[in-house]
Amino acid sequence: MHRLRSWTRPDALSLVFLLLALMMLVFILTPIIKTCISSSPGTLWDTLLEEEVYLSIMVTAWAGLIATFIGLFLGVPLAYLLARHNFRGKRLLESLIDVPIVIPHSAAGIALLFVFGRHQIFGVLFGHVGIRFVDTLAAVVIAMMFVSIPFLIDSARDGFKSVDVRLEKVARTLGASPWRTFFRVTLPLAWRSILSGSIMMWARAISEFGAIMILVYNVPFLGEYPKVAPILVYHRFNNFGLDAARPVAVLVILISLIAFVILRTLTTKEQKA
Amino acid sequence: MISLQNLNVDLGEFVLQDINLEVKAGEYFILLGPTGAGKTVLLEAIAGLHPVLKGAISIDGKEITKLKPEKRGVGIVYQDQMLFPHLSVEKNIAFGLKAMRCPKQEVKPRIDDAVALLGIAHLLHREPRTLSGGEKQKVALARALVTRPTVLLLDEPLSALDPNTRERMQHELAELHRRLKVTIIHVTHDFEEAGALGDRVAVLNEGQIVQVGTPSGVLRHPSSAFVADFALTRNVFAGHAKQVENGHVSVDIGGIDLMVTTDARGPVHLALRPEDILLSPDHLRSTARNAFEGTITRVMDRGETLYVTVTVPPDFVCLVTRQAQEELSLREGVRVWITFKASAIHVF
Repeated sequence: MHRLRSWTRPDALSLVFLLLALMMLVFILTPIIKTCISSSPGTLWDTLLEEEVYLSIMVTAWAGLIATFIGLFLGVPLAYLLARHNFRGKRLLESLIDVPIVIPHSAAGIALLFVFGRHQIFGVLFGHVGIRFVDTLAAVVIAMMFVSIPFLIDSARDGFKSVDVRLEKVARTLGASPWRTFFRVTLPLAWRSILSGSIMMWARAISEFGAIMILVYNVPFLGEYPKVAPILVYHRFNNFGLDAARPVAVLVILISLIAFVILRTLTTKEQKA
Repeated sequence: MISLQNLNVDLGEFVLQDINLEVKAGEYFILLGPTGAGKTVLLEAIAGLHPVLKGAISIDGKEITKLKPEKRGVGIVYQDQMLFPHLSVEKNIAFGLKAMRCPKQEVKPRIDDAVALLGIAHLLHREPRTLSGGEKQKVALARALVTRPTVLLLDEPLSALDPNTRERMQHELAELHRRLKVTIIHVTHDFEEAGALGDRVAVLNEGQIVQVGTPSGVLRHPSSAFVADFALTRNVFAGHAKQVENGHVSVDIGGIDLMVTTDARGPVHLALRPEDILLSPDHLRSTARNAFEGTITRVMDRGETLYVTVTVPPDFVCLVTRQAQEELSLREGVRVWITFKASAIHVF
């Protein structure tokens, strides 16, 4: 439709908006591209082979994965209930779920410490089964989960909402129990939204800095004490300067970028189907 | 037999009040009403998809008010079919059989029977999104029928179809009902559909049943102005279309032949709007091809206009203004002529 008009002279609004849009794009893309091309592939490879770096990337990815799986197990049911039921205070609840996104993450870390600390309620509770949340991998996991779960819940909820409730009704009248209906009809149809929500959650989790910083600096992992990748970038910058921090930063950006490309591929496939 | 006693359902935006209804085994029953009357809610309540506030639902004398939907043996087909988009046609139809743990060796023959019944064997390996509206509707019917439900619930099954498909589907439904003898409850807002398919009709308004009867009974004796306004948008007749001289087609509707314009032959339904019928004291010479003499058997006031029933027989309901009624003294027992054009008759 816009094509039909393209032969006419562009109006002032289009020109001004194009100019402003270009400035925005330059602002977003320049730092990313400049950082990425500043380190040669050789340097990146050497950096990746440093024990401190690959352990850091491994612990980050692994903790992110655990956080995402727990998120799936506990967050998907919540998302389904939010999509299917209306109740008083639902709006408020949905806003509260998104709170971790908008608060400073160092504050989120403090809040977590306040309930998961050794002598705090959850700290004591989980202490009975031998899980501690200070200076442990579990601490990384809860910090990641807290700040990134809204992405999964929101995406899964929208996915469930897009499944017509009458499909579930038909399944029920055809003899399917609520469980069978959920696993054979609802879940397969909302699966892409849940998957893209999971990737978003994971990508956000592995980027987490603030909350983890409060809870744990060196993570006990495979007999070593690596730092999660975002903290490693900060640590190198602080102690050795920009040139030392840059290759690690590039690696972190690339991993997130790959996750994002996968996410995009999945969502475009969804549109075609 | 399905019986609803004092059924009350409260969904906030939709409320059903004291619904009492008996649908006989094997009956083609129509729930008729305007949008928002609560027809779909009533249908879904019968299927067990809404909590019942008060009252009881029973099928064949057994109370099922609290029974889970998957245990009721009730099939439902929605206006927009609701085929499972992630499953092939075959898997859609097999869904119910697998859910009810039908023995493996029975699954295939039962699917074959269902698709043969609806003539959709060639669609088995297609994906739902590649089907036309009519094809989807048949698959949805097959999916419901394959589980051998005691009641088949149809929610506006013809409304989303284009006019041609709609007409064929209507015949299909009538034929299906004749062959399977399954009890059907069919929701619609269209009196033509009710007249063409229904053994009996219940008219629903604002969550209450306002009248139950045969389509022609409701038409002849609407219990309220609401029913009259709603049902009397059409005079509906069933008849047999045959070719007569110079290209005209006449339809015998039991006693009289109506001239119509159509390509259809054989059994047809006709609809005629009350406002398209002209009333006069004497026979009018005009271009209109249909003119009959009859007696006024009922006059129903609806304010500025009135419904006048003229029995030829059959009965024709005509809409006239108060002024015309007074000038022509249109009262019960008066002999009048009715005149209408062949092209005013809708054939379906």
